Amino acid sequence: MKLSVLYFARLRDAIGRAGEDVEVPVSVTTVGELRAWLGQRGLPWSRAFAEVRPIRAAMDQAMAGDATRLREGAEVAFFPPVTGG
Amino acid sequence: MTVRVQQKDFDVGAELAALRGANPKVGAIASFVGLARDLNEGREVLEITLEHYPGMTERALEDIVAEARQRWDILDALIVHRIGAIAPLEQIVLVAVTSMHRHDAFEACRFLIDYLKTDAPFWKKERTPYGAHWVEARSSDEQARATWQRREPRK
Repeated sequence: MKLSVLYFARLRDAIGRAGEDVEVPVSVTTVGELRAWLGQRGLPWSRAFAEVRPIRAAMDQAMAGDATRLREGAEVAFFPPVTGG
Repeated sequence: MTVRVQQKDFDVGAELAALRGANPKVGAIASFVGLARDLNEGREVLEITLEHYPGMTERALEDIVAEARQRWDILDALIVHRIGAIAPLEQIVLVAVTSMHRHDAFEACRFLIDYLKTDAPFWKKERTPYGAHWVEARSSDEQARATWQRREPRK
């Protein structure tokens, strides 16, 4: 499955890029599994996902949880808790 | 119902006048203005920079306004949130609500800023004399949102 992944704020700084297009194996079906798969690729993702906690996620620009099912071609974003206002 | 994300400052008086328009049903306007301070967690702040998630931000704010409409009898609502570099004393965010009676405007306005704090994808970075850092989320903001969640819609 092909996905567009975005990173924001502290997480983007830790990873060193704002996003990437990835093709994940069929075993990756949820947002939580995607985060684990991104992190197991080694540096900088492994350290960034370990250091920046908690991490929130959105799929197609709506808040998502670990159990949210991925959709082909989806835009999935990971970021720290929001601090606007 | 209007939500705007912009770099430039806003004029509260002009925004409230535009929100009210010429609608004679408006009996109350409640507004909240969030301001940049020069001190946070005991550290001097020289400047804050606000980042957001374009597209999702507007959608999240519209969802929050829709939720407020479900809960209270409001006539109109406005959210203006700035992004980019903001200096102490400057305005960051404006939330305003019009209604026939004050109770709905007050409650909805407070609800909107409480939900914005936890649900809208903005992130603040502070520049201090000792370097720059991302602002940590406050648990009190989560608690404020949870308080609304426990309340039954009044309408």
